[in-house]
Amino acid sequence: MELTANSSAEARADYILKQERRGKIKRLLRTVFSHLLLLPLAFLFILPFYWMISTSLKSDRQVFAWPLVWFPNPLVWQNYPDSIAFFPFWLYLRNTVFIAGTSVVGAVLSNSLVAYSLGCIRWKGRDILFLIAVATMMIPYQVVMVPLFITFSNLGWVGTWLPLIVPSFFGGAFFIFLLRQFFRTIPNDLIDAGKIDGAAHPRIFAQIVLPLARPALFTVGLFQFLNSWGDFTGPLIYLSDSKMYTISLGLQYFRLQHDTMWQKLMAASVMLTLPIIILFFFTQRTFIQGITMTGLKG
Amino acid sequence: MAVTSAPKKRVRMKKLERDDFMWGVIFASPWILGFLLLTGWPIVSSIYYSFTQYSVLSAPQWIGLGNFREMFTADDVFRRALGNSAYFAVFFVPLSIVSSIAIALLLNQKIRGQTIYRTIYFLPVLVPDVALSILWLWMLNPQVGLVNTIIWELFHVQGPGWVADPNWSKPAVILMSLWTIGRSIVIYLASLQDVPQDLYDAGAVDGTNWWQRIRHVTLPMISSVIFFNLITTMIGALQMFTVPYIMSQGDGRPAQSLMFYAMALYRNAFVYFKMGYACAMAWILFIIVMAATLLTLRSSNRWVYYAGG
Repeated sequence: MELTANSSAEARADYILKQERRGKIKRLLRTVFSHLLLLPLAFLFILPFYWMISTSLKSDRQVFAWPLVWFPNPLVWQNYPDSIAFFPFWLYLRNTVFIAGTSVVGAVLSNSLVAYSLGCIRWKGRDILFLIAVATMMIPYQVVMVPLFITFSNLGWVGTWLPLIVPSFFGGAFFIFLLRQFFRTIPNDLIDAGKIDGAAHPRIFAQIVLPLARPALFTVGLFQFLNSWGDFTGPLIYLSDSKMYTISLGLQYFRLQHDTMWQKLMAASVMLTLPIIILFFFTQRTFIQGITMTGLKG
Repeated sequence: MAVTSAPKKRVRMKKLERDDFMWGVIFASPWILGFLLLTGWPIVSSIYYSFTQYSVLSAPQWIGLGNFREMFTADDVFRRALGNSAYFAVFFVPLSIVSSIAIALLLNQKIRGQTIYRTIYFLPVLVPDVALSILWLWMLNPQVGLVNTIIWELFHVQGPGWVADPNWSKPAVILMSLWTIGRSIVIYLASLQDVPQDLYDAGAVDGTNWWQRIRHVTLPMISSVIFFNLITTMIGALQMFTVPYIMSQGDGRPAQSLMFYAMALYRNAFVYFKMGYACAMAWILFIIVMAATLLTLRSSNRWVYYAGG
């Protein structure tokens, strides 16, 4: 009896060992298989970037050469100063940075205030308000586009940057949602402790919540900057004087006038994209966190 | 002692509550104002304008259902635009969801270089719309574009005319849009990393295979995220504006194949100054978006699983 029990235990151990080995091989195969799919895909995702940059460094002849020129030679760096001269790049850059910068200030200020109210103060009506805020995300921009234009036009704001900047000072549902999510992770004890010390909400907000929320505020600022930087519809509707244009709008008009100067168009596109990519590499963690925070907790 | 202090305490509580209410309103006031001025009032006036003829230069003139009647009986551009946007949404939404989930699943194994892959797939999301459109116009150039060159090298057939060909211009926009699914990939990957490991271990013991685990463990666990992403992708697809606007030089060429709904609306408002008509179009868009969302929502209790409720 003892003998059989022993051998069956041995057999079981043997079996488990075999299974484990098989599992290891399986896992290895699966990793290899995954890389075989992911690597070419990554290559495809990189390719347009490479093509944008390499085109921006080609001579006029190489752009249209057949067979394709993969490695421009010589590198025509002159395309960059040329395209800067073609559309007033520095002016448009200044305009864009000013619009984006002031919008960032507006968004961080207003949304942090509102999110504090909806996330940290207990008052009647805050849940309804939050619900309405979330519901406004469902309304297509096109519904309010025309009446807003008419209102801004009555205020004499059409043709100025005000319609592109002022709305950010009134908060937006998306950012309120994101910040409230973050504020709620701040322990209530901290806020209550502040209250017991006799501090009113402005002080709790400024001295306790804001310092803790710095990463979330940074996320809001970052996303607002990106929105303003890449915005096309807003400038298209509201700006008419070409001296007021943003880079996005300027690039579109540049393209309409010279739609075969691909090397210069690509140089300009690189200059529009590169600042964002650089910003991303410096802030990658905040960035990804912000996206998952708003994408997951729906 | 206790008896006398009770009312005092209640008074104090009342005062705290009143304070909280006051500060709550004050702190929320930017958004309350913003909602009234930048959303509420425009919505109300948009409803009104949609029943009027309004060119900005003269006062709006009430025409009842005239705009809507014109839209559905006399406006070919409206019909084309509706069809184009529907075409784009119907193909793009499922394609983007399936491919981003597939990529996220591949990435979610303890695989070397996971963050590098994630970064690479995410980068296209950062490209501003104008640069994105111009870059892809160049990539998809029928004669010297990179895409057709690769097609020629691989299969020795002449690739399609893409944006120059009315039959291929929408597939071109779909292809280009698939390049920017990185945001969904990042969201799915994060939600996959939240799925508790012991669920898989339990599955492995039961001798299930890879596909069964995905089908019965993984997908149900992230179904609420899929649901949320489905809705936002759909809304975004139906409102697509900048990319087709730039690719078609603003007028939907070739042969109005790139006249997307939001573009037709924009043109009515700011090229033809038919403000009332544009508002009417916006409300039709709103109804379509709502209907699509509600349909998804209604189907959701059949396929969305909420952990703990």
